[in-house]
Amino acid sequence: MMAEDTTADATRRLNVKKQTLDDAYAAPANFLEIDVVNPVTMGVGKKRYTDYEVRMRTNLPVFKVKESSVRRRYSDFEWLRNELERDSKIVVPPLPGKALKRQLPFRGDDGIFEEEFIEDRRKGLEVFINKIAGHPLAQNERCLHMFLQDPTIDKSYVPGKIRNT
Amino acid sequence: MSFFGFGQTADIEIVFDDADKRKVAEVKTDDGKKEKLLLYYDGETVSGRVNVTLRKPGSKLEHQGIKVELIGQIELFYDRGNHHEFISLVKELARPGDLLQHTSYPFEFANVEKPYEVYTGANVRLRYFLRATIVRRLTDVIKEVDIAVHTLCSYPDVLNSIKMEVGIEDCLHIEFEYNKSKYHLKDVIVGKIYFLLVRIKIKHMEISIIKRETTGSGPNTFTENETVAKYEIMDGAPVRGESIPIRVFLAGYDLTPTMRDINNKFSVRYYLNLVLMDTEDRRYFKQQEVTLWRKSDKSRLPLHNPHHPQNLTSGSPLRQLSASSEENSARGVSPTIPESALQRSVSPPMPNIETHNGPTQMEQEEPDLLPTKLANTHIQHNETENPDIANDKPVEQPKVAEKPLDKPQLEEPIAEKVPEKPQISEKPSIATKAAVEKPIAEKIAVAEKPLLAEKPLLAEKPQVAEKPTIAEKPVLSRPESVEAAPSQ
Repeated sequence: MMAEDTTADATRRLNVKKQTLDDAYAAPANFLEIDVVNPVTMGVGKKRYTDYEVRMRTNLPVFKVKESSVRRRYSDFEWLRNELERDSKIVVPPLPGKALKRQLPFRGDDGIFEEEFIEDRRKGLEVFINKIAGHPLAQNERCLHMFLQDPTIDKSYVPGKIRNT
Repeated sequence: MSFFGFGQTADIEIVFDDADKRKVAEVKTDDGKKEKLLLYYDGETVSGRVNVTLRKPGSKLEHQGIKVELIGQIELFYDRGNHHEFISLVKELARPGDLLQHTSYPFEFANVEKPYEVYTGANVRLRYFLRATIVRRLTDVIKEVDIAVHTLCSYPDVLNSIKMEVGIEDCLHIEFEYNKSKYHLKDVIVGKIYFLLVRIKIKHMEISIIKRETTGSGPNTFTENETVAKYEIMDGAPVRGESIPIRVFLAGYDLTPTMRDINNKFSVRYYLNLVLMDTEDRRYFKQQEVTLWRKSDKSRLPLHNPHHPQNLTSGSPLRQLSASSEENSARGVSPTIPESALQRSVSPPMPNIETHNGPTQMEQEEPDLLPTKLANTHIQHNETENPDIANDKPVEQPKVAEKPLDKPQLEEPIAEKVPEKPQISEKPSIATKAAVEKPIAEKIAVAEKPLLAEKPLLAEKPQVAEKPTIAEKPVLSRPESVEAAPSQ
């Protein structure tokens, strides 16, 4: 039959543009690493809270700063999540739990300052921020950039999108 | 006179002429099983015999007539009991009377038009069958036998390849190419994906064939998507400049030809779905319709039953109307025309088929449809709720009225590339339309609500409303309403 005669032709690969060595061995254009590390409990007594270092390294052009390190606490993550829920079209992943029960008095352990709890929360926050930061739509949100790269979060900022120039 | 099993009754058997020489085709039945049916083509004569055997020999069978019908019908499952018959031919075999012994009646439906191919789908079924009926006062004796019908096409080997550049602005730009836009059922899809910009972390890429069956019209439209095949074509993270080859052999899959608007009742279309998955299980996909058609085999049909030579020679298929004339009444004798009289193999009238099934119609559709299609193509930035579930249904919906970012700005650089792609024979017709620069540069930032994937271990709150949808309504922000929005 017709097809069999030219099977080789019929299934031959299409012509391919050869990849330059520069492209092949260059650093990948999708480098984005975010770590949530170094939990430190600040303050004293009733005013204590834990914050974490959010460290980012990237070569994505959408981020103006290629390396940044800021300290953020759980409520800052909540703020980010709420901003994204409201402004962006993505369905934002959930945060690790708020652990209200741990904040009640008369606990046998350290409550929200328990080491194991902090470690679990740290991991959850790391997963959360990585999921978001890698999302092409979230990368356009000013709140994300402020969260990752500004030393302090200005909660009275003007929400908006970042335009890539 | 048949109370409680007393009285005479009969069994009917329908046999076809040349049954041993005719090809068979496997057709899916209502309950999903496959049965082998005799295969007929458009314009072929359907002839055979109706054999009536009396259960109680010696006792007579009273009846009000014996007839045989050839029926082609479309059955819509949501409207059970409503069968639309597009072919209905009747032959009277016997006038009302008594049958005293086993009798065999020959029948012939000459040069019957069979414009559509048989099809069994999720919501619709198209079938052809013969129904022999012994009419009686209380209950008729009925026998139905299905036949298979295939429609054949013949497209020239001209390569109208599909080549397109699509992407999400500043994140992912790819150029994909498939060697043809029309494939026959045993064909090979050869293509490639070329990465122009990769700013996301891709985990793997797969291609799947999706069958979309649309039944009904207007408010009663049902769409059923089925992933017929899925094939991983790349594992790992590509960088700029890499080309990934595609080779998919269609013969291994259960495919039918593309059917468009069959009798204004249903359509069956096929799409190639290219899906890229990133490390956070977000899916980016691009759907492209392809036309599937049935090619004729080299081994054609054997000799026709040489009844009525004049019917064979006449070009136009005759539609036989029901008539109770003398010549159609029962004959217990087989026709006397000897086999040797007309030894002529009649190949199915291909030109007729084409007009029926519309390959010419398809051709005409193409130039008009393609620009609109290109204008709507995009990569859907889409995510699955649960990686396990995602594979079962092609949730992605291609229909989008999205707002690409910076569209005007982007069109300039890409539009210039149009003349560089001479291999696409269809492009010249599009490129000349000055307005349609944008088909090449499909930059999409989709205004929709893609979900971030939830790994099953992670979620305490299973996000039930996991329909990654395109929010054409910008205010959409609640998952629940997103769930409601995507209609097939």
